[in-house]
Order: sequence, then C-alpha cells, then structure tokens
Amino acid sequence: MTSTQRWPFTNPVLTASGCGGGGRELATYGDLSALGGFVTRSVTLQPRLGGREPRIVESPSGLVNAIGLQNTGVTGFLEVELPALLDLGATVVASIAGHSLGEYAELARSLGRADGVMALEVNLSVPDSAGSGLFDAREPFQAASVLGSCRRDLRDGVLLLAKLRSDVARVAETARAVVDAGADAVVIGNALPAALPDGRPGGLSGPAIRPQTLRCVAEVARALPDASVIGCGGIMDVEDAVAYLDAGARAVQVGSALFHDPTTAFRIAHHLDPASGPAVGEDDA
Amino acid sequence: MTTSVAGPVHGPVHVTAEVLAAKTVGAYHHLSLAAPAVGEESRPGSFLAVSIGDGRLARRSFWIHRVGPMAGHRAVVDIVVEPRGAGSRVLAGLAAGATIEVTGPLGRPFSLPREPARCLLVGEGYAAAALTTLAERLRERACEVRLVLGGADDAHVLEPLAARRSVGQVEVAAGDLTAAVLRSLPDVDVVYAAGSPATLRFVADAVHGSATTCQVALERPLTCATGLCQGCPVPVLGDAGDAHVVRACVDGPVFRASRVDWEALS
Repeated sequence: MTSTQRWPFTNPVLTASGCGGGGRELATYGDLSALGGFVTRSVTLQPRLGGREPRIVESPSGLVNAIGLQNTGVTGFLEVELPALLDLGATVVASIAGHSLGEYAELARSLGRADGVMALEVNLSVPDSAGSGLFDAREPFQAASVLGSCRRDLRDGVLLLAKLRSDVARVAETARAVVDAGADAVVIGNALPAALPDGRPGGLSGPAIRPQTLRCVAEVARALPDASVIGCGGIMDVEDAVAYLDAGARAVQVGSALFHDPTTAFRIAHHLDPASGPAVGEDDA
Repeated sequence: MTTSVAGPVHGPVHVTAEVLAAKTVGAYHHLSLAAPAVGEESRPGSFLAVSIGDGRLARRSFWIHRVGPMAGHRAVVDIVVEPRGAGSRVLAGLAAGATIEVTGPLGRPFSLPREPARCLLVGEGYAAAALTTLAERLRERACEVRLVLGGADDAHVLEPLAARRSVGQVEVAAGDLTAAVLRSLPDVDVVYAAGSPATLRFVADAVHGSATTCQVALERPLTCATGLCQGCPVPVLGDAGDAHVVRACVDGPVFRASRVDWEALS
C-alpha cells in the first residue's frame, strides 16, 4: 500500500527523536532547515520529569539510556518548543507516546492540527514501555490499533510515521500491520531493550546496534517494496547513511552520534543533499 | 533559509584542536589546546567537551582553566585532566602535536558582582580550574579575592603557587577544606565554589540564610554536554518552591546555590 501523502522531507537526513534537544541547542551547530526534518523528543499528554541518575551510561560503541521520556507535555510543547522549532526553520516531526489508545488519539488530534507540524512519529518502540507505563504495542495488532487511533482524526497533509523496534523476527509483520492501519511510512529502529549496569531497564543505541537495525530495514524493504522506510540506528557518518539507503531506506535518522559530535547530521545531510550532487537512494513516490 | 532570531550570536563551536603542550603537575595532566574560537568566547566557568572517538560516544568535559596566547595562537585553552577512566587516560596520554575534536565554550558561566565585593573562592581538586579566570576577572573589578584550595592530598591541590601569584590570599587545605571555608565566610559577600557535590552542598548549607550569595559550578556526568540528551538532570526549586528538572550542561553548570534542590540531587 503506497501512501498518497506528500513526502515533506527534502533531504534524506533527519534527527532521531530525543537526540536534538528542543532544537535550539542543535541549531547552534547548523541550520535545521538544511535537514530533512527534526524529530522531537516523544511528547506525552502530561509533563514527565524523567528518571533518576544515572540516565545514560557508556557501553562499547554505544550508550544505554533511561531518560524516562522527560518532556513538558503537549501543552508545553505547543506553547514553547514548537514555535521555537518553526522559528529555526525546522521541518517538524512530532514524536508522540501515549498510555492508552485514547491518549494516542488525543495527541494525534492536538499535534496534528498545530500549524507547522508536518508529520507525526508514533513511538511504538520505547525500550521500556511497561516500566514507563506506556501502551503496550508489542504485538502487531496492538501497533496497528495505535496507528488506527492516530489516523482517524488526523488532518490531511500530516504524514503519519510509525517507529518500530528492530526485532528481526517481527519487524516485517509489524510494518505491514501499521501500514495497513494507515501509517504513511515506517521508521525502523529505536534503542534496543537493554539494562543499565545497576539493572534498571534502558535502551542501547549507537553503532553497536547498527548492523542489527540495518538487517531489519532490509527485511522490511524486501517484504514491503512499496512502503517508505526510514532507517534509524547507529549512523555515525555518510557511509553508514548510504548503507541504509542502499538497503532500501528512503531516509535516515541520526541520533546518538549527535551526542558525540553535534554537527554529524548537518554534515551527512550536506553530503547527501540532492541539490548539491547526485541523489543517493532518493526515489520519487 | 530561516535563522534563529533568539539564538546566540556567538555560540559554542565544534572544532579540531591541536595539543600545543602537555605536562604533568601533581596528580593532574595539563593540556594546552589551540582550539579556534573556543578560547576567544570563553568566560569564567565555561567548559569544553572532548570527543574521544574509537567507539566511545560520551563526551569528556573539562573546565577551561586558562586562556592565553601561545606559539602564535591568540587564545590557547588550558584544561586539567585527572586520569580516572578510559577516556581521561587517553587524553592524559596525548603529546604535543596530537589533535582532538572539542566543542566549546559550553555552559552558563559565573555571574560577576556589579560593585566591588569581598569574594571567597572555594576550589576542590581539579575543579579549582573553573575558578582561575574568575579570580582574574574579579581582581580586575577591584574585588577582594580570597581562595581556599582543597584536594584529597597535596598532589590533588591544583597549582597553589600559581594561585598565590594571582590571588591575594590563598589558603591550602588538603584533606578537608571545611574549616578553612567556615573561617573565611564571615568576611565575604559572595562565594564561588567548584568541587565535588558534597563540598558544594557543604558550602551552600554554610551560607544558607545569610546575606552572602553563593554560586556553585556543579559537575555532573555529562553525555553530550550540549543540551541534547537530557542525561544530566539537576533538580532545582523555583522561587515558589516548585520543583523542576533542568540540565547541568546548558542550564548550568553554574547555579545559584539556593536554587539547587540538594536533597533531591542524587
């Protein structure tokens, strides 16, 4: 099933949710409008203060994080963060996480009708959704029901993305389910379920998981050749991004690399800019 | 192209820095870095973050100890490294000529008093590096500056001789600096402290309820150091006693001591 929505990303490089701060911090190091899109941290209906320290621990070629979805809630996002992002010229993708189907629907309604939100990214792959009290979208039918709830009241012209866990055994099946339920594209890859050294649940991100996420992108691209796939996992440089595009991704998201070098996404975006050189992996729908 | 109207004119930059000099003093390694535009914009309390690379994603952050001309560069930045973990050992092993990726200057710096004031600076271990340029700025503003330098032992007291040359009164208190701080407090208007959370909390408690104002340079483990990752939460209290969580790296690292919720700070 091919989406009829317009693809709003003019560059194949986006930031990954939770990795670009509120936008202003990242804009210190480059022009947000030069990126395909800026994906916000996951917005919940109510504000969340986040978890206790340590929240992030280094691991070989990766990071284990347990931020606990700290965010100002949908009201704070609409009043402060969204206007700032639009001022900075960002193509805004609002990431959402809900505790229930009703909450997802409400988030999609209020963010979907906000001027300047070009896409919603439904976070179905929080590494510790149970501990975070979020809606359990482990099974494909659960993921599909979330997408259905979001699609129902979503304004036309807002792209609906589903962010899925890179579980190779289930990812193609889940991707098919969410696309059938109304997702315009699937984002493959989130931090993988892991544990901090003290045993608390967290998520592993960074180059350590890149080969694993890449495999999942290839699986989905093969199973759903018409679907738009965005790859997200451990991209540190242009070669990594090209590997995802070659595997069938239409775009990529850069996350943990920004913590190491905040210019990473800008550099890769510049290199892959369709306007400044031959298009790489770009495929007009 | 849209640009930020509210954004800073001069922000931190991510650049390749060259190590111009490396030396060992006591327990610490001092690195002098030619890092274009980092030193020029640095202010007292600023820090920089190093990307170690080689599979290590988290940044290593260091107080900017000194800024000055060296080897034809206008604003060479000195940092003080205590070799403790894998990352800092890599840095401590760098020799002149090596290059590293750095981002800086980062963080909210110290606020300086508008009028000449009597100032107490409390520096523990390598964190005393955060106070070096502060002492110079305060002296330029005709402030009376006294400095208490602490550290686990003499090797961990940062450059007491150099401090004596630039600051009038220096008291070295290796082992335990609390008595020296308490002795000086009655005679000062403003306190600036940099050190372990326990020491900062001691100073904050000591001035609590008095007319003395206190700023602390709070050191937390930083992953990105640039405000992106939300990995460095600092619990703070608003004027109405309302609780917030802010980031040490961009909302600090310098805080008014009375703003920090020390009880909730883990």
